[in-house]
Amino acid sequence: MRVGSSSGTVSPVRGVSFAVAPGTSLGIVGESGSGKSITVRGLLGLLPRAFSTSGAAVIAGTDMITASERTRRQVLGRHVGVVLQDPQASLNPVVSIGGHLCEGMRHHGGLTRRQARARAAELLGSFGIRDPHGCLGRYPHELSGGMRQRVLIACALACEPALLVADEPTTALDVTVQAEILDVLRRQRAARSMAMILVSHDLDVVRSVADHILVMYAGQVVEHAPADVLHREMRMHYTRGMVDAVPRLSAPAHSRLDTIPGVPPRPEEVGPGCAFAARCPAARDRCHAENPPLTRAGPHHAFACWYPLPPPVSPRAGS
Amino acid sequence: MCAQDLDAAVAVPTAVQPALRSTPATRGRRGSGIGFWCAAGWLALVTTSAAAASVLPLPDPDQTLVAPDEAPGTGHWLGTDDLGRDELSRLVHAGQVSLTVGIASIVIALLGGLVLGLVAGYYRGWIDLLIGVVLDALLSFPALIVFLAVVAFLGPGLVNITVAIGVLSVAPIARVVRTNTITVMNKEFVLAAQTLGMRPVRMMRREVLPNVLHSALVVALVGVGLAILAEGSLSFFGLSVPPPRATWGGMVNESRTSLETDPQLLVWPTLFIFLTVLSLNVLGERVGERGRDRGGR
Repeated sequence: MRVGSSSGTVSPVRGVSFAVAPGTSLGIVGESGSGKSITVRGLLGLLPRAFSTSGAAVIAGTDMITASERTRRQVLGRHVGVVLQDPQASLNPVVSIGGHLCEGMRHHGGLTRRQARARAAELLGSFGIRDPHGCLGRYPHELSGGMRQRVLIACALACEPALLVADEPTTALDVTVQAEILDVLRRQRAARSMAMILVSHDLDVVRSVADHILVMYAGQVVEHAPADVLHREMRMHYTRGMVDAVPRLSAPAHSRLDTIPGVPPRPEEVGPGCAFAARCPAARDRCHAENPPLTRAGPHHAFACWYPLPPPVSPRAGS
Repeated sequence: MCAQDLDAAVAVPTAVQPALRSTPATRGRRGSGIGFWCAAGWLALVTTSAAAASVLPLPDPDQTLVAPDEAPGTGHWLGTDDLGRDELSRLVHAGQVSLTVGIASIVIALLGGLVLGLVAGYYRGWIDLLIGVVLDALLSFPALIVFLAVVAFLGPGLVNITVAIGVLSVAPIARVVRTNTITVMNKEFVLAAQTLGMRPVRMMRREVLPNVLHSALVVALVGVGLAILAEGSLSFFGLSVPPPRATWGGMVNESRTSLETDPQLLVWPTLFIFLTVLSLNVLGERVGERGRDRGGR
C-alpha cells in the first residue's frame, strides 16, 4: 500500500510511502502537526474536499484515491476498520451502543437485526466488557472513556477487516486505560492476523504495538525502521529528541525534562532545506539549503539526514 | 456537564453561592413554571374545544338566533354579533380553521425544511448554493402577493391557503436545519460513520437528523404561531376560507362595522389569536431551553 501526497496551495504531506502486510503492524509517530492524521485520512479517502491527493493508496486491491465514492464505501468498514482519537466524540450521542455496533454488520454483512445484535454482544464480551447484552441498550454518555474506546474498536472490527487503522486511539484516555486499550489492540491483531496502522505522538505507545515504525516530521517520513532496530540504531536527531523527551523514572528527582526546542513548522513555512534544521542540534549550512533524501541504513532502515547520529555498533558507511 | 453547570450559573447567579438545594429561581428554570402551564393549558383548551366543537352544547355558529348585538349573559356567554350569531360558538369553530391551517402548513414546512436543509448542509457545494438561492427567493418574495396570486388563480379555500403558507414557511426551518447540519457534519462521529462506509441517505437520517430535529421543532412551533397570524390576516382581507364560515381574522373584519357600539366583538377574536400565538411562542421557547440543557449534558 502506498500513500501519495496531498497538496493544495500548501502540501501538508509529501512523498509518504509505506506498505503493511497482513499480520504486521505499522506505527506512525511524530509531533502534533507532523501530518500523521492527514496521511491516514488521505489513505482512507476521507480528507475534506479542499484537499487534493495525488499518488495511490491501495487497500485490499482498491485505490482509495481514484476509486468512486461508492467503491470506497464498500471498502470502508468491510476491509478496513478505523478507530479515531476521541471516543467521546466518535460516538453519536443519540444512537445506542448496539446501534453503533450493528451498523457495519448490517450494512456490509447483510446480517439481520437479531444476528447482528447477538454478534455485537459476543464481540463486546470478547473485549472484556461485563454484561454485554445490557451494554447494547445503553447510550454513549453512560459509558466510561475506556469502555467507549472498546466499543469503537469493536465497531471497527465488527466486519472482520483485513486492516485496522487506529488514529491516536489512546490519546484521550488516562494511562491505565491506555495500557488496557493497547493490550486489546495487540491481542486482537494477533488473534485475527490482520494488518494494523497505529498513529500516535507517543513513541512508547507505538513501540509497544508496532513491528515497523515510521517517524514523520513536517509531512515527510524522516526515518523508518523495524521497532527494535529504530530503538537501537536511530540515526535521526529528531527521533533521538523524541526518545529523550520521555520522562524517566531513573532520572534524579527534579531534573529538567529534555525537550526539542521550538515547534514543528507549518506547511507554508517549510523552505528548501531540511524541515527540522531550525530545531536540530546538529544543523549546518547544508541543512538549511538542501532537503536530505531518505537514505538506506540497513535492509529495512532508512533516514533523511545530512549529518546523522553515528550508528551505535559496527559503523556502516553513511551517506 | 460543565457546560450545563456554567449555563445555570450564568442564568441564575444567586443559585451558585450558598444553594445546595435548589432555590425557587433554579426550580423555576428547571421545572416548567407557571407560564408554561398556562400556555399549555390554553392550547389544550383551544385545541380540544375546536376538535369537539360539533358535540359541545353550543349554538350553531352560522345561525342567526336572536336579536343582534345581544350583550353577554344567559344563553350566550359572550353575547351575539351584529347578525345575532353566538360569539363563543363562532370563536370555537373559528379555532378549527386557524389551528388546521397553522399545524398543517407547518407540517408541510417542516418536511420541506428538513429535506432541503439536510441536503444542503450535507452535500454543500453547488447543491447548497442552489437551495440557498431558492430559500432566499422564498424569503424575499412578498408573501401577500403570493397569497393574492394563489387565491386569484386557485380560489380561496383551506387547502390552498395551507399549502401557500406552508411553502412560504419552509425557508426559516431549512436555514436552521442547514446550519445545524453543517455543525454536526464537523463532529467526529460523522467521520466515524464515514469510516464504516455509511451511505449518504442513511448518514443524514441516522447521524444528522436526530441531532438537528430538536432545533427544527422549536422553529416549527413558533412557525405555527406565525402561520395562525398569517391565516388571521388573510381572512381579515377575505382571502382565506370564505364566509359565512367563522375564522378569527374574519370575525375581526366583521366587527369593524359595529366598532363604536360593540367593541367586544373586536376584542374576543383578537384575544384568541393573541393568546394562541403567545402560548405557542412560550412553548417553543421552553422546548428550546430543554434542548440546550440536554445538549450540555
